[in-house]
Amino acid sequence: MRVGLVIVSHSGPLSDGVVELVGQMAPEVRVNAAGGTPSGGVGTDFEATSAALAAAETGSGVVLLYDLGSARMTAELAVESLAEPNTAVVVDAPLAEGAVAAAVAAQNGDDLEAVARAAEQAAGAGGAEESEEAAATSAAEGASVATRAESELTLENEVGLHARPAALLARSLTGLDAAVTVSFGESTTDARSVLGVMGLGARKGDRIGLRATGPDAETALRRITELVERDFDE
Amino acid sequence: MRSAANSVSEHRDELVELDRAIGDGDHGENMERGFLAVRNQLELTVPESPAAALKSVATSLISSVGGAAGPLFGTAFLRASTAVGDAETLDGPTVAAALRAALDGVTARGKAEREDKTMVDALAPAAEAAEAASTTAGSGPSAVLRAAAEAAETGARTTVSLIAKKGRASYLGDRSAGHLDPGARSVVLLLNAFADVTGAE
Ligand SMILES: Nc1ncnc2c1ncn2[C@@H]1O[C@H](COP(=O)(O)OP(=O)(O)O)[C@@H](O)[C@H]1O
Ligand SMILES: [Mg+2]
Repeated sequence: MRVGLVIVSHSGPLSDGVVELVGQMAPEVRVNAAGGTPSGGVGTDFEATSAALAAAETGSGVVLLYDLGSARMTAELAVESLAEPNTAVVVDAPLAEGAVAAAVAAQNGDDLEAVARAAEQAAGAGGAEESEEAAATSAAEGASVATRAESELTLENEVGLHARPAALLARSLTGLDAAVTVSFGESTTDARSVLGVMGLGARKGDRIGLRATGPDAETALRRITELVERDFDE
Repeated sequence: MRSAANSVSEHRDELVELDRAIGDGDHGENMERGFLAVRNQLELTVPESPAAALKSVATSLISSVGGAAGPLFGTAFLRASTAVGDAETLDGPTVAAALRAALDGVTARGKAEREDKTMVDALAPAAEAAEAASTTAGSGPSAVLRAAAEAAETGARTTVSLIAKKGRASYLGDRSAGHLDPGARSVVLLLNAFADVTGAE
């Protein structure tokens, strides 16, 4: 059983769009939309949120993401109204990026806490720089044995770093203690950010750069290299 | 409650205008829809105690308001219902305790502090005034509610000059100053209506 997701939004089309985006990358995860008012207007709907929450539960818990502040309050109320409120969590995360990160983690079989954390840590390229900095600082303080690793690879698979490969790349880093970035041309992004990696626009034949910092830096690069060499199992 | 619903309906357009200035213009409709649902539900099932009535109001608001005001006022009435407990009638101190619980609920839910230009700027002074009034010997529920309503009115007026830090208006930054907060105005309308009916009883 996988952790489910609920997208609570003020707008029906917005939450449906996020569900569509996520569905492509995590086909086996239940992702339900609760967007707009019952009459189709802009607003949040407590009943719809509660129903979406119940339908997303398969026994492993549910993570709820929201768009604006008052959607958060509706989501929290729905969770508090559950018979067992600790089976669901509302996370503070960017909606699209957070939903993708959470879905990839859920697809991977991560537990409720890990899926929630994946959403919270999804912050695109900015997040990568921060975590790299954090790793560097902790190394300087001797808190952990940080190592650095770098390499360059050529993409040979048909679709390049499109949705599925980007999701696989992010998933391959699960459980590793390393800040990893992918760069192509002028852009650099967090390797765990599926949207960020897709946003690089790297295609077949393009050369990408990898950089990893942290105790598991070497393992991280090895996993990505294997994935690229296997053409992402296309 | 019926009178609260009527008051909200009467002031619907005013609330819409206030929310249009610094929000999205739906606060009047949200509140009217919410209290219409409250009234219908109370006519459908007549609650057996004040606590049950407050809980029914909360449930109706949570299910029907749609905007931020739904979970906020919903939580307020829910907490008030718990604070009232099994009291059969509401005396001054119980009313004051209910208002305090309502305020605590709103701040727990919305994380707003005073001077963030929200309904808290009306509800917080109202709860304090109610507590002060309830300790004066002989003040019944109507005196307590009247004191609360007056304090809420003064508090709501202070929101005009404030810059919003919570809710939709906070996206406007400095431009939110110069307008009364619609949620604070609603608190005043509700408390006035409650004070009026308890005074008349
Ligand atoms: N976090 C919050 N804490 C307290 N009150 C809030 C908060 N967010 C919004 N409000 C109140 O809600 C009112 C707006 O309600 P409404 O228009 O129904 O919701 P929305 O902003 O979702 O359209 C504001 O005027 C303000 O008083
Ligand atoms: Mg509004």
